[in-house]
Amino acid sequence: MSTSIQTTDDRRQTTALRSWSVFRLPSSVRETPGLVLVSPTMLWLVVFLVIPLALIVVISFAARGQYGDVVYTFSLDKYRALLDQQYLQILLDSLWIAFLTTVLTLLLGYPLAYFIARSGTRWKSLFLFLVLVPFWTNFLIRIYAWMILLRSEGVIAGVMKALGLMQGVGAQLFGLIQLYTPGAVLIGMVYEFLPFMVLPLYTSLEKLDVSLLEAAADLGARPWRAFLRVTLPLSLPGIVAGSILVFVPAMGMFVVPDLMGGAKTVLVGNLVRNQFLVARDWPLGSAASMVLMVLTLLVTLLYTRRFGFGEELRV
Amino acid sequence: MADVAVEVRDLVKQFPNPGGGVVNAVDHVTLQIEDGEFFSLLGPSGCGKTTTLRILAGFERPTSGEVRIKGRLVNSVPPYARPVNMVFQNYALFPHMTVFQNVAFGLEMERVPKAEIERRVEAALALVRMAGMGARRPAQLSGGQQQRIALARALVKRPSVLLLDEPLGALDLKLRQEMQLELKALQQQVGITFVYVTHDQEEALTMSDRIAVMNQGKVLQIGPPAEIYERPNCRFVADFIGETNFLEGTLARMEDGRASVEVTGERMQVVGLAQGALHLGQRVTVSVRPEKIRLHTTPPQVTTNCFAGQVQDIAYIGSDTRVVVRLSPSLVLSIWEQNRISTLDLEATFTRGQAVWVTWLPENALVLGE
Repeated sequence: MSTSIQTTDDRRQTTALRSWSVFRLPSSVRETPGLVLVSPTMLWLVVFLVIPLALIVVISFAARGQYGDVVYTFSLDKYRALLDQQYLQILLDSLWIAFLTTVLTLLLGYPLAYFIARSGTRWKSLFLFLVLVPFWTNFLIRIYAWMILLRSEGVIAGVMKALGLMQGVGAQLFGLIQLYTPGAVLIGMVYEFLPFMVLPLYTSLEKLDVSLLEAAADLGARPWRAFLRVTLPLSLPGIVAGSILVFVPAMGMFVVPDLMGGAKTVLVGNLVRNQFLVARDWPLGSAASMVLMVLTLLVTLLYTRRFGFGEELRV
Repeated sequence: MADVAVEVRDLVKQFPNPGGGVVNAVDHVTLQIEDGEFFSLLGPSGCGKTTTLRILAGFERPTSGEVRIKGRLVNSVPPYARPVNMVFQNYALFPHMTVFQNVAFGLEMERVPKAEIERRVEAALALVRMAGMGARRPAQLSGGQQQRIALARALVKRPSVLLLDEPLGALDLKLRQEMQLELKALQQQVGITFVYVTHDQEEALTMSDRIAVMNQGKVLQIGPPAEIYERPNCRFVADFIGETNFLEGTLARMEDGRASVEVTGERMQVVGLAQGALHLGQRVTVSVRPEKIRLHTTPPQVTTNCFAGQVQDIAYIGSDTRVVVRLSPSLVLSIWEQNRISTLDLEATFTRGQAVWVTWLPENALVLGE
């Protein structure tokens, strides 16, 4: 039955093609139909990826004019400038914060994704919806909300004070997450990127066949060992995909460190932004963003070499 | 007396009903499975056979009742601590492990020394005729091969009881029939108790030492295959196992186990073996298997269970010819005649509309109470 439908469809398609061939394309194009078919994609890539990237590459080798304009020469000065101790520290800090953000979102996101994947069908969609709800509010407003919570005279501090917890260890703990500390930046980053970790993890955990866990239990594996030997390895594609989705944007993030880190925390993202908008040194900003890109690419490559490419990222 | 491998007493498993209330998926089931026995739970889908098996494995907790394995009460023992292993319907092989790692998994959990694991895994693979396949991934194997690996993975643990949940369901007919005989031979070779869940009556009859027929959570009859087929104790079992003709009526007379039944709406009296306790005047069903009825083209010289009719339909199916005979406007019987003589002239035996006589011996008809 289905075959007969298909043949009719095919026939219709062939007829359509034949009638179209009235408008003949030049023979050179006809001989490379593949290129023609992907040309919209190519165009898209050229306009949105190749040209902007080429611009940055070119500018990164240029020099800054007296009034902040770009003087097109070829010099490695800006790259050399980035070898400065101060900039290297910024790069290292960025790597470290992005790494911590990835690890923390993984540790927080895994149980959440696991819980959602194991919930009943009706609850699943509600929980997934709740994970996505924050996206409906402007990112800046959500960050301001966190600032209100974490300020030294903010909501959390107020509650702790009222409960008499604002002394000794309590005060020290609050000091770790207080606004304008690296801890606050980390909280903001983890908060912002958590959904990017949860969704791919959920996808891979949801696919996990429950009977595999039953089989593991049946063969003598206690729940924790069954998790380590079956669930964890089978959710590895989700872990890889989530980690890439969090790590890559976290490396370039500048809004959160700007607002929640104050002047104390400067990451590569802030550096790039400041060079473009404040110092008006576009070449240095471009060079910094090139370094950021290469660094991110390198880390991602090493990571995927080790753990394989996250299947969840493959379409 | 042989040792009891599995003892199930008054087992009940309730599930919440989506429409409110509860359903008894398993309804007061009592079973005793002997050591080394090939025991089948047979019934239509939803009859509670798989739930019963899952309770034996420890995946479901009974609502009430007792489950003992090798004499030990296991009601609250988790699956990983039970001396049973299961072959899953979809095999449930670990896709990220090789065949060897799959089979070795259970032994690693027991912390068996490495050298012994290797030896036992190789032996288990050889047992299911999959030696040398250890390096493959499950995805590289055919359905039949995956089935063997699932079997090896369970057997390598040397369980007291092996639980099998329709393990042949996904295989095609030829392979299934082959595996049936192989499984039976394997079971006799290793001497492990098999508890086998299936909805395929032929499969159950072929392999089992004993069968429990289940319907709607209840065990209706337990017995060896021949007993289940030849002496079903109720209408459901007679209907579910093989094919049969049913005649409904009232019990008119009883004489040393032989029951005479007045067929409702017909002027017919049928004589058969009384099954279970029956009383006169009771509504009963007579079951006569189609291969046990004889067809005659001339009036036979018998008076009991002899009725005249007309051939309504003939179906040639190779080994048999299936003949439908109409005895009255409201009564037809299905009769299987074995094709003992090779001929192409089917019309030589029976033709549509032909007048025929049917007979059967009283011991070939069973009188069942409802």
